[in-house]
Amino acid sequence: MPEDTTSIIRLADVSIRFGKQLVLRKLALDIRAHETLAIIGESGCGKTVLLKLIVNLLQPTEGEVFFERRLIRGMTEAEVTRMRLRVGFLFQQAALFDSLNVFDNVAFGLRAKGGYAEDDIHRRVHERLGEVGLAAAVEPKMPAELSGGMRKRVGLARALALDPDVMLYDEPTTGLDPIMTDVINELILKARRRRPITSVVVTHEMRTVRKVADRVVMLFPVARLGADENQVIYDGPPAGLATSEDARVRQFVEGEARDRMSAGKEDE
Amino acid sequence: MSPAQPRESALLAAALERAGNAAENLGDWTLFSLRAARGVTGRSFRTIELLTICLQVGLSSVGVVAITGAFIGMVLAVQTYSQFHTLGLETSLGAVIHLSIVKELGPVLAAVMLSGRVGSAMSAELATMRVTEQIDALACLGVDPVKYLVGPRFLACVLMIPLLCVIADLMGLAGSSLVCLQIFKIDAFHYWQHSKTFLQPWDIFVGIGKSVLFGGVLALIACHRGFHSRPGAEGVGRAATEAFVYSFVAILVLDFFLALFSNTIHDLIWPMQGMQML
Repeated sequence: MPEDTTSIIRLADVSIRFGKQLVLRKLALDIRAHETLAIIGESGCGKTVLLKLIVNLLQPTEGEVFFERRLIRGMTEAEVTRMRLRVGFLFQQAALFDSLNVFDNVAFGLRAKGGYAEDDIHRRVHERLGEVGLAAAVEPKMPAELSGGMRKRVGLARALALDPDVMLYDEPTTGLDPIMTDVINELILKARRRRPITSVVVTHEMRTVRKVADRVVMLFPVARLGADENQVIYDGPPAGLATSEDARVRQFVEGEARDRMSAGKEDE
Repeated sequence: MSPAQPRESALLAAALERAGNAAENLGDWTLFSLRAARGVTGRSFRTIELLTICLQVGLSSVGVVAITGAFIGMVLAVQTYSQFHTLGLETSLGAVIHLSIVKELGPVLAAVMLSGRVGSAMSAELATMRVTEQIDALACLGVDPVKYLVGPRFLACVLMIPLLCVIADLMGLAGSSLVCLQIFKIDAFHYWQHSKTFLQPWDIFVGIGKSVLFGGVLALIACHRGFHSRPGAEGVGRAATEAFVYSFVAILVLDFFLALFSNTIHDLIWPMQGMQML
């Protein structure tokens, strides 16, 4: 695959295996600067794994990951830390620190990075919480006291606190009601409007895909792929999903069980 | 070829695989421990966090260590009295029991109690953080999770276990003395005199020194199991159980080697002391 000069993140023939299970196989993907890329696919096809490879939380079994054309595997510990500070990550369940209140959760990255006066930290935390629609009254609350939607918004505020160049969203709307889903979608758009950032959104929600994505990549589980088949079965604009020539893409978009109800298929 | 041969080779392969996994785990634990040590020397955490964990470690274990220490001393007194009484050596009981408590039972008991009370909880806490991706979130915010989370827990155990060991020692001494002097009516003067003669500052130093090592090892084992937890509630439970079992075995194995080592060092420094006491 020829190198895309506008790409900020590049996965070059990446494979990753957990024990005997191959999750990603020879995956080649360029993520271009300032685009919003949605990654869709069935559960277990390696979407979250892909996000974790980008921030070096996981290392590929084969192949390489590049950030701004620099090989992540070749980076020193300090360089990996600097790279991570430029990437915001909204985890699936928000991953708020249980022992810290909302304010300290959002302030955590700023304090860890250092170089910010406490007044500046207060100002930034208020601003970010305001941007995700949370009032100052929520600041002393502990994560256990928050609803699912509020946790996601605090997680988003924490990820945005360091003004990242890249935002990774791992199923940002999973488990939320339709209204809160739309709130999160709007916040993803708002984060992009505030400053030009590259966003990668892993999701199952087709509404989210249509609303926020410039480009969609669909992955297919390796276990059900043919020997020479590419794991990326769709790469294009959201509008092209419904008319894709690949029946597997159309089935996912339409959300129909079809052959997956046959014995053995549901566990693959 | 006999039919037993394929089965034997399968068993051998399985044994080799387990040995390989154990060696890999030990190597991983060693690297993990070195990283945690760098967290301690680099002060990758705030003092308030360390103090909070120290308080949790100390307060949650002090009661159970005191109670078990007292009863171990009392049981030792009851079990050894009859043998010593038969030989007319009951006044030597103080020396034997106190030496056993200060050199062996106090540190081992404090470490085992700390492992059960604090090590499992630490492991479960970190395993929950792993399962809920809080450890990944720390890394994404530019913090080394091993240095940040393990450093203060390791230091808290190392700092607090000598205090717990002293409490276990004192309660063991009090319990055994109560039984010997109040129930068995052993002559108090000779009882304490023998204790004073046999129990040397070196024994107290060895006991407390051992407890520091036990504390460090059990903290690192507990944190390592927590960090490597499998997903789900079962993974968290398993991590907590493994933390206790592995720590318990490690404490006993380490105790054996430390006993050999400390006795060798003692004999090198004071080669004739044993003869002089007799």
